[in-house]
Amino acid sequence: MVKKNINYKFQKRIDNNIKIEPRDDMPEGYRAHLIRQISQHAHSEVIGMQPEANWITRAPSLRSKKILLAKVQDEAGHGLYLYSAAETLGASRSDLIKKLHLKEAKYASIFNYPALTWSDIGAIGWLVDGAAITNQVSLQKTSYGPYSRAMIKICKEESFHQRQGFEIMIKMSHGTKEQKQMAQDSLNRFWWPSLMMFGPHDSDSTRSERAINWKIKRESNDFLRQKFIDKTVPQADFLGLTIPDQKLKWNKKRNSYDFGEINWNEFWRVVNGGGPCNQKRINHHINAHKDGEWVRKALIKYSEKYVK
Amino acid sequence: MSNKKNDLGELWEVFIQSKNGLPYKHVGSVYAHDKEFAIHNARDLYNRRNEGSSIWIVKSSQIVAVDLDTSDYIINNSDDKIYRNPTFYNIPDEIKNL
Repeated sequence: MVKKNINYKFQKRIDNNIKIEPRDDMPEGYRAHLIRQISQHAHSEVIGMQPEANWITRAPSLRSKKILLAKVQDEAGHGLYLYSAAETLGASRSDLIKKLHLKEAKYASIFNYPALTWSDIGAIGWLVDGAAITNQVSLQKTSYGPYSRAMIKICKEESFHQRQGFEIMIKMSHGTKEQKQMAQDSLNRFWWPSLMMFGPHDSDSTRSERAINWKIKRESNDFLRQKFIDKTVPQADFLGLTIPDQKLKWNKKRNSYDFGEINWNEFWRVVNGGGPCNQKRINHHINAHKDGEWVRKALIKYSEKYVK
Repeated sequence: MSNKKNDLGELWEVFIQSKNGLPYKHVGSVYAHDKEFAIHNARDLYNRRNEGSSIWIVKSSQIVAVDLDTSDYIINNSDDKIYRNPTFYNIPDEIKNL
């Protein structure tokens, strides 16, 4: 009876668009859903540093190296904002990282694809960050205060990421024949995985309905995917590149693009660990964490010795 | 908001003054073992784009907040005192600069 009452009062606050703050009463399911989602989001930011960091030493100019360093540093920052938000719900950062290492926690599957060429860095900024922004703009209105504030901050910073990516794509696609081919090849490899970033169809998304009722999620997977496609196709046209989907076609009636079916077998295979880089990404994270251990130990020693 | 000290140190809340003369605003939190590291971490994390001209940090454990059970009494206490607002008073139209 008490529990039912909490749930009723809670849903009323949600329905009235009142943000939930860390000390407020909330159903355990709401708390658990948020910890899962926010930590997954944090892990994605941090794992997402790997494919791009791979190109820092090989960036083609000092300008592009500086930009890429700043972008990768931003991703680390975004991870930290999100871990902080998850901690306001009672999760501990070291537990969340442990779960990542044990593969009990997931991160965005897109980062299990390798960045093979410099123009992949362009495609990642343009498409992967573009898809992430579409999702994150919607999450700015999420019902949990600390998550919403983190999203607002992240969106502000992400728009530089997408623009730097598109700038690389312009340079590549308007460059030599080989450069343009390289840009097309990046688009071919990153297009479908970018669409997969929005998750399964609404009809197959088990947790979606509850998340929408609680206003954790504000818009559905399919709605956001369509939104991303509609704004990205004209950008590909500008670049003179072809989106690798023969069924892609403007639908005047819907005022949107129709598009082909996503390869859901590939989606689930990569989600469940079978992508090209899953093991590599986790191993790298574990090793980096181990490599940093002496720093953490030194700080603890320092703190025991000098901090009252 | 956990206040426990762990291997990352303690939790500190970060406040940034975006421009000289404006109030400080809460922007987030950082872990650090002492105040020097806390300021340094806050600068790296929350001031990468000249977001602020000054930073305050304070240990999360030192923040005193309104108890949720009594927050109605403390916060919603002026609904019946609308005479504290200037619009409560009827002033003739011909009176200017008031």
